[in-house]
Amino acid sequence: MTKLGQWLCGLVLLGSAWAALALAPPGLRLPAPYRQALLPLPVYLLVAFGCYSLATVGYRLATFNDCEEAAAELQEHISAAREDLRRQGLRF
Amino acid sequence: RADMAADKFSVLLPTYNERENLPLVVWLLVRTFHQSGNNFEIIIIDDGSPDGTQEIAKQLEKIYGSDKILLRPRPRKLGLGTAYIHGMKHATGNFIVIMDADLSHHVSLYLIKQKEGNFDIVSGTRYKGNGGVYGWDLKRKLISRGANFITQVLLRPGASDLTGSFRLYRKEVLQKLMEKCVSKGYVFQMEMIVRARQLGYTIGEVPISFVDRVYGESKLGGNEIVSFLKGLLTLFATT
Repeated sequence: MTKLGQWLCGLVLLGSAWAALALAPPGLRLPAPYRQALLPLPVYLLVAFGCYSLATVGYRLATFNDCEEAAAELQEHISAAREDLRRQGLRF
Repeated sequence: RADMAADKFSVLLPTYNERENLPLVVWLLVRTFHQSGNNFEIIIIDDGSPDGTQEIAKQLEKIYGSDKILLRPRPRKLGLGTAYIHGMKHATGNFIVIMDADLSHHVSLYLIKQKEGNFDIVSGTRYKGNGGVYGWDLKRKLISRGANFITQVLLRPGASDLTGSFRLYRKEVLQKLMEKCVSKGYVFQMEMIVRARQLGYTIGEVPISFVDRVYGESKLGGNEIVSFLKGLLTLFATT
């Protein structure tokens, strides 16, 4: 199954469970307070996910390494390479 | 298990206008393999560069030998995927290294990692361990992390960095993946990892320092972002 397929299945399952409990037909009713709490649940989850995303990306941005040494080392390699190749007869 | 002396590494280097970078990349590769003691060959697949890349490549072939530097050019720009297919036809190693000619990487780390876990694929990551970048401003880092986050949520690929252009593959694994992957450009690199996971191949990751193009500019404009999202959504819907 594709990732899209997995997401659709998940959404359908959770969506129908939520609809069944929160928008319930008379036969299946939970007490009113529970139904009222369940009703905005999808929006809450969406907002929670949004917050999680912002926090995660923010954290990862802040901890993104800067490789000063690698850049310096590369410059050394470039000089060494140019010299060595020139000695071996390469005409740049 | 065959011992180290029997392993041979074929490096595929697709080039287009890399006259400045090519000698440096080849020099670094030769040095790395001499130090590690591995048998190797470098296959340069140039797509008819007008800047004299092939001329420099011929000089390198003379210096290092035509058993080590293989020139297998093509008449014009024909795309990355076909460059790899073309290169693989001439590869005699049991491991294939795929890299851009404009990046420098610590090849030795890949070799060590592969041995460590006997992995089918070794990929570089900028996001874990002491991997990182150099010379990136905040905007570029944000876009990179943001795009990677969306990729992780949608594809759950099992690898922290999907758009890497430096990878080590077992030859038969790469051949199998090339048959199955249909995307173009760097989305193709992402697809390779996703499909590899689905096929049960093992993937090792090595932290790498991504230093910008040795010479020349890297582009990251609105167009690139849009095409990345399109590619990502396509993978989401098809894998």
